[in-house]
Amino acid sequence: MHNGEAYITGSCVIRNNRVYRDGTLLWEAPQEQELPEFLRGGYDHFSGQYPKFHKMDPLSKLGWLATEVLLKEQPLNYPAEKVGLVLANRSASLDTDLRYFDTVKDIASPALFVYTLSNIVMGEISIRHGFKGENAFFTADTFDAGLMSAYVGQLFAEEAIAACICGWVEVMGPVYDIFLFRIERSGSSVVFNADNLQKTISI
Amino acid sequence: MAALKAQIVEQLNLQEVKPEEIGDDQPLFKDGLGLDSIDALEIIVLLQQQYGIRIANPEQGPEIFYSVRTIAAFITAHQTNK
Repeated sequence: MHNGEAYITGSCVIRNNRVYRDGTLLWEAPQEQELPEFLRGGYDHFSGQYPKFHKMDPLSKLGWLATEVLLKEQPLNYPAEKVGLVLANRSASLDTDLRYFDTVKDIASPALFVYTLSNIVMGEISIRHGFKGENAFFTADTFDAGLMSAYVGQLFAEEAIAACICGWVEVMGPVYDIFLFRIERSGSSVVFNADNLQKTISI
Repeated sequence: MAALKAQIVEQLNLQEVKPEEIGDDQPLFKDGLGLDSIDALEIIVLLQQQYGIRIANPEQGPEIFYSVRTIAAFITAHQTNK
């Protein structure tokens, strides 16, 4: 049994049409730009060469893009089974559920249907990066840093994981807020706990 | 077939593929254009919405959806039979 200690080794925040990594603004789009255009711009800027991105719903695109920013220059070098994913948001997949419901009146869209679960975003991230470790998706009104640090800390304590991507991936219509953390068993002076999670995202 | 290619690109949201880049006989799935099972369902929706065609026998799917030419032939045959 490990003592559960781990470290925050990176963060990505996407809000107000801006993308930050470790608190530094990396890229921004005009404030008036709508979410689909912002996401396309972010994809072109940070990634490209992954056509499946265009088929994802906004929730998956946002989570996928944030993970891309987080890992692009510094991939997680751990066995696939040892990398966990723990995410949370407020609206689950309601943003896509409603659009899917609109199509049901005519011919239901298979492409939308496959995104009518909030944890699909974790599947997209896992496919991209080859993660096969523990995962969980929580839905709550606000980000609960205490729950996140306790849950992920327990996974570290049980040695179920050696690294984790965790955080908040919320989108509902045009309103979104994303912050993801990179957590590892060693490698940083920032201890993984609720206070430091909150400090890291206060941009 | 150019119109059908444009419809496929739009229906499947293939934003990095231009219709004219799809070969008439290019396999659409696996090593060809790389479409997947959800794309196959979307093509079924396309045939239903744009051409009023339903595929009666799902086992014909791989044969019908092999390429743009085979889909076009299926549409033509079905419309001729109407």
